[in-house]
Amino acid sequence: MSIHSSRNGFSHPSPNEITPRRVYEERRDLIKLMAAGAAGAALASWASREALAQGAVARPGKLAALPGARSSLAGAVTMEKLTDYKDASSYNNFYEFGTDKADPAPNAQSLQTSPWSVEVEGLVRKPARYTLEDLLKLSAQEERIYRLRCVEGWSMVIPWVGYSLSELIKRVEPLGNAKFVEFVTLADPKTMPFVGTRVLDWPYAEGLRMDEAMHPLTLLTFGMYGEILPKQNGAPVRLVVPWKYGFKSAKSLVKIRFTEKQPGTAWNKAAANEYGFFSNVNPNVDHPRWSQASERRIGEDGLLSRKRKTLMFNGYEAQVGQMYAGMDLKKNF
Amino acid sequence: MKLPSFKALLLHRFAKAVVFGLAMLPFCWLALAAMTDQLGANPAEFLLRALGDWTLRFLCLVLAVTPLRVSTGTPALARLRRMLGLFVYFYAVLHLLSYSWFDMGFDFDDIAKDIAKRPFILIGFSGFVLLTALALTSFNRAIKLMGAKRWQRLHRLVYAVAGLTILHFFWMRSGKNNFTEVYVYAAILGSLLLWRWWYRVKNKPG
Repeated sequence: MSIHSSRNGFSHPSPNEITPRRVYEERRDLIKLMAAGAAGAALASWASREALAQGAVARPGKLAALPGARSSLAGAVTMEKLTDYKDASSYNNFYEFGTDKADPAPNAQSLQTSPWSVEVEGLVRKPARYTLEDLLKLSAQEERIYRLRCVEGWSMVIPWVGYSLSELIKRVEPLGNAKFVEFVTLADPKTMPFVGTRVLDWPYAEGLRMDEAMHPLTLLTFGMYGEILPKQNGAPVRLVVPWKYGFKSAKSLVKIRFTEKQPGTAWNKAAANEYGFFSNVNPNVDHPRWSQASERRIGEDGLLSRKRKTLMFNGYEAQVGQMYAGMDLKKNF
Repeated sequence: MKLPSFKALLLHRFAKAVVFGLAMLPFCWLALAAMTDQLGANPAEFLLRALGDWTLRFLCLVLAVTPLRVSTGTPALARLRRMLGLFVYFYAVLHLLSYSWFDMGFDFDDIAKDIAKRPFILIGFSGFVLLTALALTSFNRAIKLMGAKRWQRLHRLVYAVAGLTILHFFWMRSGKNNFTEVYVYAAILGSLLLWRWWYRVKNKPG
């Protein structure tokens, strides 16, 4: 059962409590009509935002559809303007395909996403190898609109499609001594040209504490913008942890392992003084080489508008802050 | 028709104008691309990095003038040295300006704190301060005013600028352990400095 309170930001009155039903229904029809392009470009952009607020992200029409019902989880759907699909699918950090953010879009097309399976192993009662088809059906697909904050100081707003990782975790029944979850990603030198370079330890691995992995906002993700994931965004299945810096959200997962000891993580191994295990978004703890107090929203904060303030836990403090109560976040960065 | 020699071209009265035009091309390209939204998803980052790259490239060019002039016996090359040096400064100013503007929103309090707090920024900024001293004393009368000896001593600071620039670039790339380009530029600058050392040793009397 979910309890809505002002603490999780869900105390707003629903608009339909105020506006008569007939009026808002007419208005919605009009808005949808406008979003369809009938009312000219300027109005359409406003209208598509309104249509979005009702749960209809426009599909870019590039890849196979993957519909998800708009999530009702607290904090799971931000009403901010979506980042353009073009930017979200062409400005990526995916080091297996190159270190420049423009590299993955052209280079990742060699990635073979079918057949695909994910091995779930370690301290669980029911270890198993799940095929992608199994995983897609394991729980109802939801659409969640999350802020994504990269450790480099930029951010996006992306409509993901997936379900809470906890759905999978519950099924494999972790043992009592399972304290951490390790996420191992594909490292195939044949299809990933930069695997083998010395930039990082391959395969790229990430990790979460058990409570973080079980948090309902932690999303096992299969799609974005109503379609399956583009290869450069971590197809066919990835993790999205919206209150942590983007690199925690490992792409193209092949193994999920339950461990007692904190697993080593790729960036922590590469530069322990710069990237901690937790890597929660925190405007008060700077990266050694740049400030984390503000961020540039891709497509919005550009040359002429100022960067925006970064929010504690990327704006998900109400939902996740409790997990870190009493922890020194400067030490556990 | 006989093609004019390279030396004759360098001495042509339009030679400087042509080099000036060429050196302005990166700036024009960036300005045009920025205005037509051709810089990708993060134009501010693109501009900042491209301007840094061009500062470094012009630094390599200006430090190549003397080795080329001496080893190829082309004294006319010296005509271009000041202009190339000023282009290093031009791109460095734009690089600093885009950091101050796009990254810091011209909040000078924040900029001052950022420079003091982050060695990577501090190193880059120190290089800029040194370059400013060189740019301010780049006109002919400055040599007279300062005396050729002192002027030359001051302008040897360009070697320190080269070191600081490479360090700044190295630090910036260290987060991604992505040093290939850093090493390429370091090798170019290093060999240009090595040539000078070799030349001095070779021509030492006795």
